[in-house]
Parts: sequence; structure tokens; C-alpha cells
Amino acid sequence: MATLFAKIWDRHVVTRRGEDVLLYVDRHLVHEVTSPQAFEGLRLAGRPVRRPGSILAVPDHNVPTTPDRAERIEDRESREQIETLRKNALGTGVALYDITDPRQGIVHIIGPEAGLVQPGVTIVCGDSHTGTLGAFGAIAFGIGTSEVEHVLATQTLWQKTPRQMRITVTGSLRPFVTPKDVILAVIARIGAAGGTGYAIEFAGETIRRMSMEGRMTVCNMTIEAGARFGLIAPDEITFAYLEGRPLAPPQEQWDAAVAYWKGLPSDPDGAWDREVALSASSLEPHVTWGTSPQDALPVGGYVPDPAAHAEPGEQARMRRALEYMGLTPGTKLTDIPVDKVFIGSCTNARIEDLRAAAAVAKGRKVAPGVTALVVPGSGLVKRQAEGEGLDRVFVEAGFQWRLPGCSMCLGMNPDKLKPGERCASTSNRNFEGRQGPGGRTHLMSPPMAAAAAVAGRIADVREVAR
Amino acid sequence: MREPFTSFVAVGVPLDRGNVDTDAIIPARFLKTIKRTGLGEGLFFAWRYDAEGKERPDFPLNRPEYRGGKVLVAWENFGCGSSREHAVWALMDFGFRAVVAPSYSDIFHNNCLKNGMLPVTLPAAEVRALLDALLAAPGGKVEIDLAGQSLKGPKGDVHPFRIDPFAKTCLLEGLDEIALTLSSAAEIDRYERERKKATPWLFRDLPG
Repeated sequence: MATLFAKIWDRHVVTRRGEDVLLYVDRHLVHEVTSPQAFEGLRLAGRPVRRPGSILAVPDHNVPTTPDRAERIEDRESREQIETLRKNALGTGVALYDITDPRQGIVHIIGPEAGLVQPGVTIVCGDSHTGTLGAFGAIAFGIGTSEVEHVLATQTLWQKTPRQMRITVTGSLRPFVTPKDVILAVIARIGAAGGTGYAIEFAGETIRRMSMEGRMTVCNMTIEAGARFGLIAPDEITFAYLEGRPLAPPQEQWDAAVAYWKGLPSDPDGAWDREVALSASSLEPHVTWGTSPQDALPVGGYVPDPAAHAEPGEQARMRRALEYMGLTPGTKLTDIPVDKVFIGSCTNARIEDLRAAAAVAKGRKVAPGVTALVVPGSGLVKRQAEGEGLDRVFVEAGFQWRLPGCSMCLGMNPDKLKPGERCASTSNRNFEGRQGPGGRTHLMSPPMAAAAAVAGRIADVREVAR
Repeated sequence: MREPFTSFVAVGVPLDRGNVDTDAIIPARFLKTIKRTGLGEGLFFAWRYDAEGKERPDFPLNRPEYRGGKVLVAWENFGCGSSREHAVWALMDFGFRAVVAPSYSDIFHNNCLKNGMLPVTLPAAEVRALLDALLAAPGGKVEIDLAGQSLKGPKGDVHPFRIDPFAKTCLLEGLDEIALTLSSAAEIDRYERERKKATPWLFRDLPG
């Protein structure tokens, strides 16, 4: 009868008020951009942090990704935000992976690495990509700064229960087709607001066969379909990922935890408000052409013609997007040249992403005139990749190998596009100005981005890697 | 305590665009602040100013007729994307007190209510009519009566709207939600004790 989401939600209700529930929050992740005003609010009201031990803080949005960052951060405001996070963490007894910590990285990547994201938990962060963590069969969602303050003070949040959507993906992915392509296709299908008001559970054999890394990529971009929550039922793949992680259940509680987790998946007759089915067996690598993540097409396609769209409002939006992107209808997507390539972000900077990109980069060269960055999602990903020799593959191919952080995903640190520059990016948002004022973003998977770096234009990785 | 939300009449500003994301409302480089104030200068920065930093004269916020407007009227999925509450702080710092749209992103909608900003949801046809009226006759006024849950357009057209009763009370009385929740502290304590027994592995603390 109950869905995965409902089982977790109901077990976290402290009390109710009309349609609202007071939801208990098990874990809280904090970064430097959306937390300073929350900590300041607590101080001004004289309120303590209720459960410091449930919180992990990390600087990621502002940090430069160059080797000298520990000694010097040029930007005064960035420095101040990072220092403020440090002071707030130290002052309230909150754990901090500081800029020099080998575990520092993108907030959504370090939580799972620490083992603090487990099936059945509720976890929040002042960041819309928190849904990433629902890949563990958890209720994970992004909140605003006022809500961050509320959680710091009370360990709870007032919430309305969202509606339930299930997206079932079936079929085997073809070579070079990745979880990123699955989620881009989903967003193109249901639209950028298609999931608003919903929690989305991803199900089906395609999802079941994905690694935790792939599942996190899928859940990461549920917010790009408008849904705050993306979830995947926990299974043996989830349990295997968790075993031995620092904050995973200790040995003597492991069996009890696994038994608890096994009771979480949606019942066969779970009630869904909406169901969507997607066949992935003929799915092509996807790229975006516009300024909304829903503007995704198979790489073999052409820049669409707004005039061909039935709805005048959508026509106007498409025209605006094409003007911003500097594209003409009918252009072959693979004829679009790129200036920069960014392989990184909370969407695609885990070890599998780097392996997939390196496999394409190996023995090839970044095209002349193209600047290509590889930014591992965390210090642990970086260390693992270096242990596998991936850094050498990238550097020999002409990519820059950087330190962990949000980097060129969002134009808040030194890694950004210049006006008019065009980027093949493994990140999650192609909004106007997202990667820097006037920058133009084409979203795609890590192997597709590596192929674009080699070709100097958007390219079909299956042709580049042949 | 926040300032209570009171009824008002003010110029309505039409922003006839859908999927307005929070990166557009306030670009990331303006988020490097540890304060809630002063963000109005970055509001819609790339749309208000050209590459040389000159105002784009045709952008609604720059047109003299719309200056001093307090009600922003926009299209579907307003506030999508990043959770940054700075988007609401920037709109408020600029002078806006209400947004009217057919739909919002969930996080932006929540963020509005936490800051004394009213997100009015109206049927698409009614928003279309408001946009058209404000575009055709710039400077038109919009009246918002939260207690009566009603919005009056520039032509005297009346639009009732729905709002969650608790959110309405919080806005009208400027209530501090954290203080209210802390009055349930005993229930939170009890929940925590029971949960700790049922799932002790979730209470492994992170060393601070």
C-alpha cells in the first residue's frame, strides 16, 4: 500500500498541524553560501544548535580549484564566507571538512562518502541538489536559509506532504549511454516543472542495474524537473556501497539496519498520483541546446525551430533561448563548436564519471583552442582517480586536473565562462549566466564532454571513441 | 517578529517570461555575502544591465512607469532552480512585497513565506490578463488584500486567491516560526528518544 517515500515520511512525523507535518531531520549538510545568515539568525535570537552531531559542514561553492588555494583565496568575499563557515562550525561544535581536509569536496558527494546518507533517513541541505542523496532510498531535499536556521534550532521542518510520482525506466543502456542521458531524457519528457509538488521514485530494471554513482546522477537532477525529492529503493548495491563507511551502522547494528532497510521499498500496490514509463533501450546520448534543462535532444539532432512549436508562449521562450545561445534553427548539434569543457559538479564528478571520461580521453588530445577542466567531486574521488592513473590520462590528453569543488558549475569561484564562451558541461543547469555572465552551456554526460573536448565541438562520443 | 504583512496598493510590474530561474533573479556572484540585506542591486542583473553596465531601457524594472512597483507579475514555474533564498531577499530589498504567477518552484514558494513575501498563485488565464493589462497600460496599480485573500487588477478586476491558512496567519502576524516550533520541544524530545531506540545507528554523531 505504501510507497518508499511514504514509509520514510510517516516514520519521521513528530506532530501535525492541519495539512502540515513536523518532520524530524536525521542529517543536515551545510555549505558556506546558504548558511551564514542562518547561523547569524540563531545568534541574534540566542538559540543553540540543537544537535551539532547530526551536521556536516563543508566549503565547496566558493573554493578555487587551483593548488595554491590553501594559502590564498584572492576574492575577499569568498574568503569571508569560507572563514564564516569555519567560525560557525567551530563555535557550535559542528563537524567541518575544511579546505585542506583530504575529505573536502562537493557537499552532495562527501555525505555519501562519509556513510551518513543511509536508507530511510531524512536529510536536508540549503541546496537544491540535495535530492542527489535520495539515491540511497532516503528523503533528501533542498531548503532555503530560513529553513536551515529552523533545522539548526529544532532538528525539524514543517512540510506539506508531496504527491507521489513513479518513473519506471526499462531496457539496457547502449554503450556510451549513461545515467545522465536517462535523466536528461526524463526532464525533456516531463518538462522543467513536470515534477513540481511531487516526490519522484525512479524504478525499473535500468535503474536497478545502475551503480550508486549512476543512481546519484539520476536523483541529482530531479530538481531540474521541478521535484524537490528523487528516490530509488535501497538494495544490495546500496548496502554494499555503505558497508565499512565511517558513519555506516557499526558491526553490531549492521544486521538490524539491513533488516530495517529491506522493509523500505514501495509495496507492489503502492499508491501513485502519476506514473511515467520510459524505455531506455534505444536511448541516445543527449545534449541540451537551450537555457532550460528540458531543452535536451539526442546528439544526432538539430537545433529546433521555434516556429514549429504550437504554443506562442513556448515559441517566445525558444526564440529567447536561441538568441542567448547564439544558435540558428536547423544547425546540426554536432556542428556546434565549444570553447571550454567542464567535467565535474555534483551531477558528474564521482569516480565512475571520471573513469568514463578518461576512457574517451585516453590516447587522444584536447582540440587546439579548447580549455578543458576535470574537477573531481571530492578529495577522496581525487585520490582514488589518481590511484587508478586517471589524472595522468587527462593531463597527457591536455585536460587540467584540479582540486575538488563546485568549480565551473555555477560561476561563484574563479572557474567561470567569459561572455559568449560556449561550454560542454557535465553539470546540471544551462540557465542564462549560470556558468558566468553571458556564458553558454550545453549539458551532457562525462564521455560526451570528453568527446567534445577532443573534437572541439559537440560530438557523438560513439564516433569519437570508435 | 517580522513586520506583519498589510494590505497595499502598488504599481504592478509585468515580467512576461516563464521558467524564471533563481540564477536569473540573482546571479551567483552576488551570493558571496553573509548578510540578508543589500541584494537588490544584483536583482535580475543580467536582464537589467548590458555588458557595459548600462541599464537596458526596455526591461520592465528599468522603465519609469514601473519604478517603485511592489508586485511582480510573471509566468509559470517562477523561481525554479537553485534554492538560494537570496532570490527572495533581492526581490524584497528592491521593494517587491508580492509575486503573482500561475505556478512557482516549491523551494522558492517556501522561501517567500518565510520572509514576509506573498506568492499569489492565480489561474494562467487570469495572470495572462494581468500581464496584458500591465503591459498595455504601464503604471497600472494592483491592490492586494491578504486578509480577504483577494487581488484587484488595474481595471478593477477582482481575483480571489488561495493560501495555506497557517502561512496566512504567519504573514499577517509576522510570527517567528522557530519560536512556535520550539513550543513543541517536548514532542521533539520524545520523538528523538523513541527513534534512538528504534534506529540507534542514525544517532552516530559526527565529531565536531
